[in-house]
Amino acid sequence: MKKIDIAVFVLGILTFLAISLSLYMAFIYTPLEKTMGAVQKIFYFHLPLAWIGFLAFFIVFLGGVLYLITGSIKWDNLAYSSAEIGVIFSTLVLVTGSIWAKRAWNTWWTWDPRLTTMLILWMIYVGYLMMRNAIDNVERRAKISAVIGIAGFVDVPIVFMAIRWWRTMHPLLITSKGMGLAPSMLTTLFVSLASFTLLYLYLLLIRVRLGLAVNTAEEIKIRLSDKL
Amino acid sequence: MRYLKKVLAITVKDLLLEAHTKELTPAMLVFSLIVIVIFNFSFEPGMQNADIITPGILWIAFVFAGMLGFARSFAKEHEQESIRGLMLAPVDHSAIYLGKTLSNLVFLFCVEIISVLVFGIFFNINIFPIIPGLAVVLGLATPGFVAVGTLYAAMAANIRLREILLPVLLFPIIVPVLIAAVKITGSVFKGQPLSDVSGWLNLLVAYNGIFIVVGVLTFEYVIEE
Repeated sequence: MKKIDIAVFVLGILTFLAISLSLYMAFIYTPLEKTMGAVQKIFYFHLPLAWIGFLAFFIVFLGGVLYLITGSIKWDNLAYSSAEIGVIFSTLVLVTGSIWAKRAWNTWWTWDPRLTTMLILWMIYVGYLMMRNAIDNVERRAKISAVIGIAGFVDVPIVFMAIRWWRTMHPLLITSKGMGLAPSMLTTLFVSLASFTLLYLYLLLIRVRLGLAVNTAEEIKIRLSDKL
Repeated sequence: MRYLKKVLAITVKDLLLEAHTKELTPAMLVFSLIVIVIFNFSFEPGMQNADIITPGILWIAFVFAGMLGFARSFAKEHEQESIRGLMLAPVDHSAIYLGKTLSNLVFLFCVEIISVLVFGIFFNINIFPIIPGLAVVLGLATPGFVAVGTLYAAMAANIRLREILLPVLLFPIIVPVLIAAVKITGSVFKGQPLSDVSGWLNLLVAYNGIFIVVGVLTFEYVIEE
């Protein structure tokens, strides 16, 4: 128990340092983008957030599969923790994307394939969390969550393909952001990706431990009520 | 072969039940027609680009009607507690899933065919020359939707807030089917050949395959007495 506490603490410190470094690099180290100016800085956070969103939902899928195979509740706990973090991060992706789009495309929202796919993805996992609240039986909740996590993740590539075709049939597509990144920008992006991955791992670790503690507390409650 | 027989036995059971009670399909049909009529109010008469919107209306009507049907297909088993009998039957649970999917498919096809005819009259579209095209799009888009819908309805059958949660969970998943079906239907209404939309048809075939497999593999985890 002591060892894991130290690990969490060290990971927390590392995450703090890495995120501070990314902030420094994004706002001070990289030059101002010529045409878009300061709003381009969002890019260094938007892309890592999107990456964490997808990673988190992949872990939900993986946790679901492992739960159905092993029947061990710890995998459900992992999937649930990851889904919560994924929903927060994908919400931030949508928000940061909107802010950027207002400046770059002069609109808060456009039905671009990437945006729309992210929105559908967000809805799938918000539904996942709502459904979990509606079921009290632990085992049944875990099973249904696993199936929704699997079906949702399998659906993502099909949704993306469908939305891309749907849009490319319209000539009005906003062309890709196609900008050659300066070396310092690319370095910053990679540092930011790495530090956000650390942040995800840190949050996941804390959330999984919290889930385990909740499970233990429930067990103790049941045992106590049996004794009374 | 014996497996197929068991699947069909469950389908036939549902169809017989429906033939006797006649409660589900007429309700779905009326609902589908009401959706079409309601959407009609959002148009101006003689609108220039009405044909861009009409395929969407048709599919929204089918999706709503289908969702109600799926929810009933498990709710009625729970009301009569006949779900226990089904689960005790010496069949793999995936056979229950496929049987239910097939019967839901038959119900939804009936609703779709009649809705399309009425729709043609309401929106002044001559249905008869485009029957083959419509048959292809209905035949390819409906199974994937029903496969996912039946799986999700089984999950939602006895959880709190199921009336709200079923559409919230189901609609995002079926977005690809909805887009493809609307695109193909629009193209059929314009009289274009199906080869123009072969990409969308392939997408539907892939979707059907993937989600029938997902349903068969995961159904045993979500079915419950």
